[in-house]
Amino acid sequence: MFKNPEELKYTKTHEWVKEEDGLWTVGLTDFAQDALGDIVFVNLPSVGDEVKAGEVFCDVESVKAVSDVYSPVSGVIEEVNDALTDDPALVNNDCYGAWFIKVKDVNGEDELLDAAAYEEFCKSEA
Amino acid sequence: MKLLFEQSKTGRGMDYLPEVKTGNARPTGSYARVSKPRLPEISEVDLSRHYTQLAKQTHGVNDGFYPLGSCTMKYNPRVDEAAASLRGFTDIHPLQPLKTVQGALEVLYKAEKLLCEITGMDAMTFEPAAGAHGEYTGLLLIRRYHQDRHDEKRVNIIVPDSAHGTNPASAAMAGFKVVNIPSDANGGVDLSALRNAVGEDTAGLMLTNPNTLGLFDPNILEITKIVHEAGGLCYYDGANLNAVMGRVRPGDMGFDCVHLNLHKTFATPHGGGGPGSGPVGCKDFLKKFLPKHHVEHCEEGYRFADPEKTLGQVRSFYGNFLVVVKALTYILTLGKEGIREASGKAVLNANYMMNKLKGSYHVAYDQICMHEFVLSLEDLKKETGVSAMDIAKGSLDYGIHPPTMYFPLIVHEALMFEPTETESRQVIDEAVRIYLELYKKAHEDPDYLHGAPHKCPIGRPDETKAAREPVLKYRFDE
Amino acid sequence: MGRYIPETQSEQESMLKDIGLSSIDDLYSMVPKEVLLKDLRLPAGKSEMEVLEEISGIAGKDLVYDQIYRGGGVYKHYIPAIVSYITSKEEFLTAYTPYQAEISQGVLQSIFEYQTQICELTGLDVSNASVYDGAVAAAEALFMTLERNKDEVLVSDTTDPETLEVMKTYCESRNVKLTLLKSKDHKTDIDEVMAHLNERTACLYVESPNRYGLIEDTEDFASLVHEHKAKMIQGCDPIALVLYKTPGEMDVDIAVGEGQQLGMPMGFGGPYLGFMACKKELMRKLPGRIVGQTEDHEGRRAYVLTLQAREQHIRREKASSNICSNEALCAMTASVYLAAMGPAGMEKLALSCYNNARYLEGRLKELGFVRKDEGEYFDEFLTSSPVDPDLLEEKLSKHKILSGLKVDDQILWCATEVNTKEKIDAFIDVLKEVLS
Repeated sequence: MFKNPEELKYTKTHEWVKEEDGLWTVGLTDFAQDALGDIVFVNLPSVGDEVKAGEVFCDVESVKAVSDVYSPVSGVIEEVNDALTDDPALVNNDCYGAWFIKVKDVNGEDELLDAAAYEEFCKSEA
Repeated sequence: MKLLFEQSKTGRGMDYLPEVKTGNARPTGSYARVSKPRLPEISEVDLSRHYTQLAKQTHGVNDGFYPLGSCTMKYNPRVDEAAASLRGFTDIHPLQPLKTVQGALEVLYKAEKLLCEITGMDAMTFEPAAGAHGEYTGLLLIRRYHQDRHDEKRVNIIVPDSAHGTNPASAAMAGFKVVNIPSDANGGVDLSALRNAVGEDTAGLMLTNPNTLGLFDPNILEITKIVHEAGGLCYYDGANLNAVMGRVRPGDMGFDCVHLNLHKTFATPHGGGGPGSGPVGCKDFLKKFLPKHHVEHCEEGYRFADPEKTLGQVRSFYGNFLVVVKALTYILTLGKEGIREASGKAVLNANYMMNKLKGSYHVAYDQICMHEFVLSLEDLKKETGVSAMDIAKGSLDYGIHPPTMYFPLIVHEALMFEPTETESRQVIDEAVRIYLELYKKAHEDPDYLHGAPHKCPIGRPDETKAAREPVLKYRFDE
Repeated sequence: MGRYIPETQSEQESMLKDIGLSSIDDLYSMVPKEVLLKDLRLPAGKSEMEVLEEISGIAGKDLVYDQIYRGGGVYKHYIPAIVSYITSKEEFLTAYTPYQAEISQGVLQSIFEYQTQICELTGLDVSNASVYDGAVAAAEALFMTLERNKDEVLVSDTTDPETLEVMKTYCESRNVKLTLLKSKDHKTDIDEVMAHLNERTACLYVESPNRYGLIEDTEDFASLVHEHKAKMIQGCDPIALVLYKTPGEMDVDIAVGEGQQLGMPMGFGGPYLGFMACKKELMRKLPGRIVGQTEDHEGRRAYVLTLQAREQHIRREKASSNICSNEALCAMTASVYLAAMGPAGMEKLALSCYNNARYLEGRLKELGFVRKDEGEYFDEFLTSSPVDPDLLEEKLSKHKILSGLKVDDQILWCATEVNTKEKIDAFIDVLKEVLS
């Protein structure tokens, strides 16, 4: 079983998102990191880049694969987690701590699921 | 194995050059290099032995069976090497007066004529240095063709999902958008998907036939017709030409341009990953867009000419010339019968081997194959936990180079075998015996295979560590 | 007819029988009848003896010069005998790309050693396992610097013409704007650089030595370009790198060059070797294969192809380059050559080129071939010519001497270690005779 914290929202493309004071934090779910295997590089975007809900904003590399990461919301990137560049293993070891970006000026959302709905969705994917 | 740098001793080394008698000046001041390059200082005997040791840890075609699918690892005749070592080829400067390099131009001219006959094309360039480079060049021909007709909306290249990764990558480099189409149940191009994909925005289709499943697409004439009727051109990826050379030609199948891999089909060695050569052939109507330096024959002999609307150059000078010498030697040796015999035997060997394995292993598309075939180990993995990777690594302990793994992407747990025509029945029988033994082992002792190989200089390397903490050169200070 | 198929006809027939077919033609039943080839119009096969005779005859039509004073991107050097003995070992010659690390440690280690040597020559952090040639290396380097809002590249017109041709083709197909900068006195003009730098500029490419043989003020360009948040790319001569300030020492971001001089024959244009090195922060933008060090499960040192997720076989249409096969054996050749020569040998080589060229310059001057450029050069320089350069080329050819290369109305001369004092003196005697 994968961990899906109750306080987060999820996308069908396996990102999690959390809103605090207008700032939306985005990362990859436990399901996603498990499916990808050992992540060796996170190709992060830059602060100030615009992101669009449902569109790719970065990719992650495992040894023999590369996977797109989609933004759950539309807005402007306020912060990126540079720690992932030095230590991509953080995504595998602590996926809900290893956030990718924080988005401000959010003006749109992809379809977001709560933990229970996401869990159901993962079962159907497996 | 110590690195060269770890064997270095200050002051050692040979002296290969005469003393300088013309002065002792050197760059000074702000021009001068500050640090010294830390090149190894090593005696010739140690250097020689170093590479002998490295050679022992390298598996080439000469070390044993090499059924690496899609790579055509056939025997590389030594006479080809002898031909390419002739001083009249090695010691000529690419900027010599044309009168003094008539032999070299004759090589290019003859190779062009022979390869055009084999592919059914009208003209060829040898500038591209490898297969992917050829793809890029061929796609530029297609781009130029549409530009020349002011048909600017043709921006899409259609690529089947079974294609080599270089196809979509080359299309992107050539400025096209890639449209992927699925394969049908028999592994061929899905005709209805193709019909839906083509339109006014279609620049062309890239296709390998036989495809990467080792299957000849029986609908090939319909496929090229659909693309042509939509106004697109057809590009033939020659990676698998070894199956059909002398028997059916891309030009006759409806293709407008083609690249060849001389380092596959025409027996020039791979050299551990190059140099290759990826000549591109085309039909007459595309000839005017070919790269510069196309060889022509005129009264005074051979000369270079720039095609009327040349796309420019994709590489310096005339490509990997010495590789072309090897391929020409090969074609002249085999001749018309030998070329046909080679493809026929390549296909025979693949079918023979597939037939012997299919009682145990699951063949992904069970029909007569061309020069290669694909197994799917999905069932075996479900049953025993042993993956395609485990079987492949297991074969290393028997001195066999593994087949291509996990390709094409549309087959799960894929192993792709290409035995080539230069392997004998005895070699294939022995390989079959080994793969059947591995199959048995998978059921009896899966852990053994998870840990394979056991008899190689190293076990499976930690690729995650390599990628997470890249060490890409020797660390002198540590 | 030469053949490399082991079986006899009857053995093949028994294999066919095994799979339930009666002829090879049965294997091609999927091919539409109307396109099955009836007659392949090739000459009949020949014996090895006949073929080698024929090919030798063709090679014999080429003129192998006794003395060469022409460079222009390709140079005649002495290659120690050990080099080709090592690189023609069948294990190296006939292996495929080392994807199977367990049985490819030899090739992988040699590439790792090559990468280290290229880093040492250029003074940069990371090298790839090679690309097709120096011109393609330069074109690929331009693409490494592109960013979403930086899609224009500046290239000096002192760039080698072959390299420039390839750059133009590559940039055109990717819709990258290439601006050619006008030079002054055969050197890149810093005012011209300044005038064209803008926020969309991704990089500046300058060769040093450049196509006229001159050493450029790369260091000044690098700092100027960096002020505009663009990258500096230097095209290098691998032998000049031994004597001149390295790209690393000049804060250059990417160094590329043609490696032919490191043990490869001129070979009428190839196979050659494109080398590429860069600063660590550009590591993941570097195209092509890269070998890295790691360990196996028992902790033994091991080498693997790494950072593969950048490459076409994984990233497909999103890959930054389509390169697959490279010039691995040429990279090994360069590595063996550099190891054989060693640091002292390379220094002697570079100093031979440097001093022989200056001696040649002096001797040519006596006969009215005068250098007009003022800048520093390595082993190649331009002079005026008192006679028509084409006529001179023809006359010297009869003496099996290849003259310098005609560039505009001047001649670009080159001397390396093979153009020793004795050889140059002999050449000058012939030249006197030819001129009179």
